[in-house]
Amino acid sequence: MADNILVMEHITKEFPGVKALDNVNLEVQRGEIHALIGENGAGKSTLMNVLSGQYPYGSYTGTVTYEGKECHFKRLSDSEAQGIVIIHQELALIPLLSIGENMFLGNEIKNSLGYIDWDKTYSEAEKHMAQVGLHESAQTLIKDIGTGKQQLVEIAKAFSKKVKLLILDEPTSSLNDEDAKMLLDLLLEFKKDGLTSIIITHKLNEIVYCADRVTILRDGSTIETLTKGVDDLSEDRIIKGMVGRSMDDRYPQREHKVGSDVLLEAKNWTVHHPLYPEKIVDDNISFKVHKGEVIGFSGLQGAGRTELAMSIFGKSYGTGISGELYIKGQKVNLKDPRAAISHGLAYVTEDRKTNGLILDESIRFNTTLARIAKVCSKGIINVDLERHLAEQITEEMGTKTPSNEQKVGNLSGGNQQKALLGKWMFAEPEILILDEPTRGIDVGAKYDIYCLINEMVANGKAVIMISSEMPELLGMCDRIYVMSEGKLAGELAAKDATQEKIMAYIMQNS
Amino acid sequence: MNTKVKDFLTKYTMVIALVIVFALFCFLTDGRLLFAQNMSNLMLQNGYVLVLACGMLLCILTGGNIDLSIGSVICLTGGIAAVLISNMGMNPYLTIILCLAVGLLVGIWQGYWIGYVRIPPFITTLAGMFVFRGFGRLVLDNKTVSIQNKSFLNVFTSYITIPGLDDVSKYSALIVGIVAAIYVIFSTMRSRANKAKKGYRQNSALADFGRAGIISVVIVWYCNLLRQYKGISVMLVWVVAICLIYNFITSKTAFGRYFYAIGGNEKATKLSGIDTNKIYFIAYANMGLLAGLAGMLCAARVGSVNGNTGTSFEMDAIGSCFIGGASAYGGVGTVGGVVIGALLLGVINMGMSIMGIGDSWQYVVKGAVLLVAVVFDVLSNRKSS
Repeated sequence: MADNILVMEHITKEFPGVKALDNVNLEVQRGEIHALIGENGAGKSTLMNVLSGQYPYGSYTGTVTYEGKECHFKRLSDSEAQGIVIIHQELALIPLLSIGENMFLGNEIKNSLGYIDWDKTYSEAEKHMAQVGLHESAQTLIKDIGTGKQQLVEIAKAFSKKVKLLILDEPTSSLNDEDAKMLLDLLLEFKKDGLTSIIITHKLNEIVYCADRVTILRDGSTIETLTKGVDDLSEDRIIKGMVGRSMDDRYPQREHKVGSDVLLEAKNWTVHHPLYPEKIVDDNISFKVHKGEVIGFSGLQGAGRTELAMSIFGKSYGTGISGELYIKGQKVNLKDPRAAISHGLAYVTEDRKTNGLILDESIRFNTTLARIAKVCSKGIINVDLERHLAEQITEEMGTKTPSNEQKVGNLSGGNQQKALLGKWMFAEPEILILDEPTRGIDVGAKYDIYCLINEMVANGKAVIMISSEMPELLGMCDRIYVMSEGKLAGELAAKDATQEKIMAYIMQNS
Repeated sequence: MNTKVKDFLTKYTMVIALVIVFALFCFLTDGRLLFAQNMSNLMLQNGYVLVLACGMLLCILTGGNIDLSIGSVICLTGGIAAVLISNMGMNPYLTIILCLAVGLLVGIWQGYWIGYVRIPPFITTLAGMFVFRGFGRLVLDNKTVSIQNKSFLNVFTSYITIPGLDDVSKYSALIVGIVAAIYVIFSTMRSRANKAKKGYRQNSALADFGRAGIISVVIVWYCNLLRQYKGISVMLVWVVAICLIYNFITSKTAFGRYFYAIGGNEKATKLSGIDTNKIYFIAYANMGLLAGLAGMLCAARVGSVNGNTGTSFEMDAIGSCFIGGASAYGGVGTVGGVVIGALLLGVINMGMSIMGIGDSWQYVVKGAVLLVAVVFDVLSNRKSS
């Protein structure tokens, strides 16, 4: 029998309204590099959070066996004490503290009087930094080293915690190719010394390069585990496992009646990062959407889709925006969201809690916010009219709530999403940008939202849909644009498109 | 406990607290708190707090931001008013307009840094607190300047007297009270009729008329007390007008709603097409204007201004807002709540003064009440969510 360092069996984890993990199994052998792959929302990070104790024992069902013993981790420190260290995609380092301070944060080396022993801290830090090939002074501030080196600091920090099982969540997503390869080589190096790692990544070439085995997750379930040398571990094979689900009638039928008038067109749209203006987030992108049409934007996280949408929506993201924007053939310059709204644009955010809704306010309050003038005369709100119209919208959207005065924050995810859609329908837009409109909501609510989208285009609106779920795009769109690393990688008519073709476009560019 | 009773209790917690505290001090002072003179003074003593708290509420709504500078701005505008009128003999009405303009200018200055440059309000207004205190003392040349100009004082501190009617007792006060009470009941009826006509949802008749009835009774009762003393003071008119205007803005206008939206979620508000910078700017510009007004109210009431006038007045305004249910994170709070908060502090002050308990204990009790009120608020919110 294989020497398994970790066995996770029948793990099921539910969030209100969503089953994030459904009976997932994962076996990791001692001393291997095990890749965990799946689309966004497949449950990879959730599974790792179960393992690390981020989701405490009892909040999920199933068993976690590590080093032959069943584990009941209640918090992160419990798993760390056992040598399980997780490094998240967003690095948990404090920019204004030194490397050494960061490495021992919460874990400080103290002398007999209880003071921090700085000499020992820095010498220990440098010892671990040497292990990962990071040759800097331990007193250098984190903000002064690049992302690649910061990643190394995280790994060195893991070593300081006597790591036995290292989990890396998309470690290379913010690295350039050179740094990424260095990191993977480092992992291969550690493997020789017996370290076990689990790596979560979207980059198939990296898996082929370094992984011994691959477990594929899809929709919260384990699909299969492929072993190097036994199974075919090519990129094509992995893609097939990731996307190979059937496309039954999860998408309501729509009569495809795409009009001939172009409602919105962007030409050579380029956007720079707001904090690092030299970084191009969206590079020379051109696209258009017709009346009555649903177009989709496919791509991985970080491909620049949200940034594209927000920059078009009144420059609410980015700096140094260039390019031309036409609405109904008229060239426009939308300088802020207000201008965008008055030109009939709506942006329904992917992040409804941070960018979309005011959680502490009522459904009514949220519904009318983007176009409150509709219920005002001379700036004075007609509260009775407001209640009335907001209730109509809630009914149209099918939001389930005891009353319209209910705080939005008390609704389930799916109903929050409907309230958010209702807010923008109230603004009576002609062009809707829906950013991940079905993220984190259950199948039933998803279907409702698809129906609403069909209704919108049937009424002559245009919908631009950003989604990381390829089947959703294939099921809903008339045309699909594929983005990869800030560039437009391809355009497909929905009838010719397949998940494999989309994935191939994404991969060829990265 | 059934949910209706619970809803009622959470909605009117501070009103109930005010009633209890009021009753307690009536008992402790053997009813002296209820003397017409004391009840009249209650509003006059706290007039400036109410005016300031209305402005502070807008700042707090944007996200728990406060304005530390207003005590100093009061010293500055009060000082300018005193010097212009007493030392330079300027026209009192022109002086009033000028002082309001100075207050607004100060507000615009601070609002610009806070709204458009995004300097944290705490720092901007802390700087303002030093700077404008300094300017105030420079204007006063470090002296105490008294104001004796009758027409200036009349605008703020005189009592409304109608010859013939108010000779024996101030019947005008009672008449105003009765008219106001009738208006409250009438407008409730009109609003209900309007809702019924358009088929909108109604509150229960008991709730609507019960509320209107209680408010009417309190108004008539208070005005009757004023009748027994000196009648309605102009200061009271100022304060009530300000409170009504800001209540209207915050509860009935789109503009007022933006303050709540920003405090609830600034990003979402911005993406809803609202100019959030401008809202911050206006909150502080408006605060300056009201501080200017409060400066003159204080100057007129005390009759003189010195370098320490207005010290720590901002804390009374902030305290009133938080006791009155404004959230320290923004997005929650009403003018009605703030008025209750200010009155609660005022009743405690006055009650303890009548009992002969010194300043020091008043501070202790005020602080304790603030903490208890906010702790209660936080805990009850936690339970409900």
